[in-house]
Amino acid sequence: MYYLRMIVRNAMRHQLRSGLTVLGIVVAIVAFGLLRTVVDAWYSGAEAASKSRLITRNAISLVFSMPLAYAGKIRQIDGVKAVSYASWFGGVYVTEKNFFPQFAVHAPTYFNLYPEFVVPPEQMRDFLHDRKGAIVGRRLAETYGFKIGDTVSLRGTIYPGIWDFVIRGIYDGAERTTDVSQFFFQWDYVNETMRITAPRRMNTVGVYIIALTGADRASDVSASVDATFRNSLAETLTETEQAFQLGFVSMTEAIVVAIRVVSYLIIFIIMAVMANTMAMTVRERLSEYATLKALGFGSRHLAGLIFGEAFVIAGCGALIGIFCTFPIAERFGKATGTLFPTFNVHDETIEWQIACAVLIAVVAALVPCWRVMHIRIVDGLRSIG
Amino acid sequence: MDQAAQTIVAIRNLAKAYRRGDQVVPVLTDITLDIAAGDYVALMGPSGSGKSTLLNLIAGIDKPDAGSLSIGGIDITALDEADLAAWRSRHVGFIFQFYNLMPVLTAFENVELPLLLTDLSAAQRRQHVGDALEMVGLADRVEHYPSELSGGQQQRVAIARAIITDPTILVADEPTGDLDRVSAEEVLNLIDRLNRELGKTVIMVTHDPHAAAKARSIRHLDKGELTQ
Repeated sequence: MYYLRMIVRNAMRHQLRSGLTVLGIVVAIVAFGLLRTVVDAWYSGAEAASKSRLITRNAISLVFSMPLAYAGKIRQIDGVKAVSYASWFGGVYVTEKNFFPQFAVHAPTYFNLYPEFVVPPEQMRDFLHDRKGAIVGRRLAETYGFKIGDTVSLRGTIYPGIWDFVIRGIYDGAERTTDVSQFFFQWDYVNETMRITAPRRMNTVGVYIIALTGADRASDVSASVDATFRNSLAETLTETEQAFQLGFVSMTEAIVVAIRVVSYLIIFIIMAVMANTMAMTVRERLSEYATLKALGFGSRHLAGLIFGEAFVIAGCGALIGIFCTFPIAERFGKATGTLFPTFNVHDETIEWQIACAVLIAVVAALVPCWRVMHIRIVDGLRSIG
Repeated sequence: MDQAAQTIVAIRNLAKAYRRGDQVVPVLTDITLDIAAGDYVALMGPSGSGKSTLLNLIAGIDKPDAGSLSIGGIDITALDEADLAAWRSRHVGFIFQFYNLMPVLTAFENVELPLLLTDLSAAQRRQHVGDALEMVGLADRVEHYPSELSGGQQQRVAIARAIITDPTILVADEPTGDLDRVSAEEVLNLIDRLNRELGKTVIMVTHDPHAAAKARSIRHLDKGELTQ
């Protein structure tokens, strides 16, 4: 208790300096946590993706579609439990800024493959009975104020025209990582419209979603699906849903790397600030440390005092920073709307924040500690703080 | 009691020099000195004569270049840093010119500081600190921080800290150098009491002839040599 009291009082001696250093650490820890959460959010789609679902797309590119007829052939392949399909819609809600994922899905089968999208049965029934019906994620509904019965107009880009949908259901996520910012509607509605406006585009789908009888069948089913359509007009590429999602992330890998580098730079900068604080502190107190040495206190005691003070300052900053991360991340998540499927501060991020605080304290205390341990007592006693 | 037992500080041919770049500046040359247990010695001399260096060597906070230095029968020049620190904590009480109290600790905590290196329980430490502060007349100032005390009071806290471990020797470097005449007199009387009533061996460096007059013997240094 005696030493702890001394450490805390020492840390409070220069309240402005310690306060500003703590503030700097708070900002750094919050920024680090926020940037890591952005990176996590970037990968959240892949993390939430199932390993026991496969995605089949056109082998040339995702922008090319595949014939609807593939569904029946895929269903017959050994290891396939169920098949559904969907097409990326890419519509604009009011302005381009209001981005959220929109999919035309085969309604009778799609939600059976995604049990993590939890829709009340009566809402699902209404959705299935309404060709213009749509189901939206809870977060999307909250962001734009969508309510059941509302009509939402999307301006098609891939599928030209103004498309009106009636909200028939709002889904919640079964997991914390489930993406609740998507907009689903009936593929049949798009297909029937295409039949009139662009007959060449009817009966085509963007991706097939394949449910497997077991996750261990992913490899051979993928190979079988792609073999089935080899040398056809639309050859396929089949991969696990997770690999499919990671493919999207890898397109923006440079941004993720940049964010990571910036987060490490922030920690490096605050490390330098903290090291400066500790160096100034110890330099001012050299005669006190020399007195302690003269009284018989050894290196272990002096190191304890210096490291202890660094830990108190860094600990305060980290504690406040970690607590601030949650509300700030929540506000940040809301401010970015539906840009990220989920925006949650992971436990791993907290662990990283704590690790950074420990690193900051240790690095800041190292050099001053070494100096105090090696200074001659008579020189230390002569020093003026 | 024989002569050897009475000698608490035995210095033989002690030498110390400082190096400034390539230049070697001798500070102490061939010092031989015996101080008896219970003695009160004042070291005097002009600035740069080496008296503080000699005191630092006796206190074990500096190392000589040559010669031997035995305190209480222990050759402290042979001790390594850790052993020397442990030896200082048990055998040396320091009284500095500028008190050197920890500003974040109360008078009580400052006096308690050296006892943290002992095996005493918290209750025993409290008892010892209370006694020491009583002895220096500051029993009513235990919760005061150094900044709340006068110079004389701070020096008395420092004296209480110096005697708290019942050390073999008390070393005082200009103990009244930062005090007014009244406070200086109080401090000198206190050191005198420690010597006379408790039998503490005191070695004091001072410029002040009045302070030196309180000592039982005065040794003069000039240009690194003992002159008398």
